[in-house]
Amino acid sequence: MSVAENRVDELVTREEIKTLSPGEAKRTTYGIGLIKGLGITLRHMLKPAITIQYPDVVDELPARSRGVIALKQENCTVCMLCARECPDWCIYIEGHKEARESVAGKRAKKFNVLDRFAIDYALCMYCGICVEVCPYDALFWGQEDNYSEHDVVGLTHEMDKLSQWMYNVPPPVELELGAMGPEVKPLPTAAPAKEGS
Amino acid sequence: MIAEILGNGYVQLGMKLGVLMILLPATLALGWVELKIGAHMQARMGPMYPGGFHGWAQTLADGIKFVLKENIIPKNADKSVFSMVPYVTMLGAALIYVVIPAGENLVIENLEVGVFYVLAASSIGVIGVLMAGWASANKYSMMGALRAAAQLIAYELPLVLAAAAVAMMAGSLSLVDIVEGQKQIVLAGFYIPFLPFQIIGFVIFLIAATAEMTRPPFDMPVAEAELITGAFTEYTGIRFAFSLFAAEYITMIGLSAFGATMFLGGYAPLHTALEFIPGIVWLLAKTGTILFLLIWIRWTFPRLREDQLQKFAWKVLIPLSLVNIFITGALKLTPWI
Repeated sequence: MSVAENRVDELVTREEIKTLSPGEAKRTTYGIGLIKGLGITLRHMLKPAITIQYPDVVDELPARSRGVIALKQENCTVCMLCARECPDWCIYIEGHKEARESVAGKRAKKFNVLDRFAIDYALCMYCGICVEVCPYDALFWGQEDNYSEHDVVGLTHEMDKLSQWMYNVPPPVELELGAMGPEVKPLPTAAPAKEGS
Repeated sequence: MIAEILGNGYVQLGMKLGVLMILLPATLALGWVELKIGAHMQARMGPMYPGGFHGWAQTLADGIKFVLKENIIPKNADKSVFSMVPYVTMLGAALIYVVIPAGENLVIENLEVGVFYVLAASSIGVIGVLMAGWASANKYSMMGALRAAAQLIAYELPLVLAAAAVAMMAGSLSLVDIVEGQKQIVLAGFYIPFLPFQIIGFVIFLIAATAEMTRPPFDMPVAEAELITGAFTEYTGIRFAFSLFAAEYITMIGLSAFGATMFLGGYAPLHTALEFIPGIVWLLAKTGTILFLLIWIRWTFPRLREDQLQKFAWKVLIPLSLVNIFITGALKLTPWI
């Protein structure tokens, strides 16, 4: 049973209070309210406490709980969109360009190579904008929630740590019934060469 | 024979020391019980770690912490009065036990004026609170002490009147006689205490005793949120622990034992068939019941306002306790009691 279900039976709803006229409310509360209050505390005392002894007992987290922002390193193109959208500028990205020759004789193709990707969790406010904005699905909400540090400086977690947290990223939510799936373009098969044109 | 042995001066001294030696651990135990009951009433668990089993050593650890802390006396304080406060509050608390009977002969002093004595002793603590407020040279302490004095004057009266009705029932002020008086009516083997005849008196007693101990919902004198623990703002370390916590819990146990003796039949067993269980067990069980009631009240009700408190005492409790005395007088006139 969840906490909310446990409690809701005892709470007087706002609507119920509104229906009482001020005079009525006064008459009913003299003395009766005290006894009702005693009843509530007694009932709570006899019920088991709802506290979960956290470090000893770890409660099962909700299926889509958000614990940390994880990085899928190979998807990152150092486009800096996340770093620029971040409301409190807690993402640090460094990269450099590399040129690779793909086909002999052609101009070498340029790639961005990721050197550093760090998130300062002391600043991060878990808004998730970076996850939303990433065009290459390099950032995810992971479920790891136990990464406290003794020093605030230690909360700036680097690439290796962020990549490790990919381990329990939940699979994406199923699409709603009748929703349009992601646009899947057919793979470019070897285009029929237009000969003779 | 038993009366002779118990009347011996050395035995009496031993009993007095024994009571004191039991009282301090009892304070710690009651503190822990209150923490646990209060926590569960708020759907929490309370202390769980100290000592291993359900945090049983929490109050012990708190006590050790208080002993280890620095004992500060403010520069402008009246030093001798300031440091005398714990003794006065503790004295008022411990004196109650002198007349509480745990058996027909098992009582330190069976005073003829026992009820009067308990009520007088329980108000010595107020002097301690006033001393603390005055000697601290602090406006919050002064305010707390004044509130305590006003409250204690207001609630002493209903307490006395509720006790007077019981004394009328028993026809004596001696607590042993009061318990023996509650053994008179036997219904199907059950001893009927004064409680069914003194329901109003019992409720008044509970309320007035709560106010007397300045426990919530009548804790304006020590209100943390407004007065930062009132008269004891400037107290630290072991002085704080003794003048506030130890005195409060010892008074609480004492007044509960007093209430158990007055209304629940003290050391008298529930049923004639249960005579073999010693009186002290009955007394402790009944004291525990009242202690639970006090804890229950504390964790249920929010703190009153100062004017509401005074209004409640003078306009509700005192007239009600006078009515109770009239009812008791009428009961005494009926032939079947």
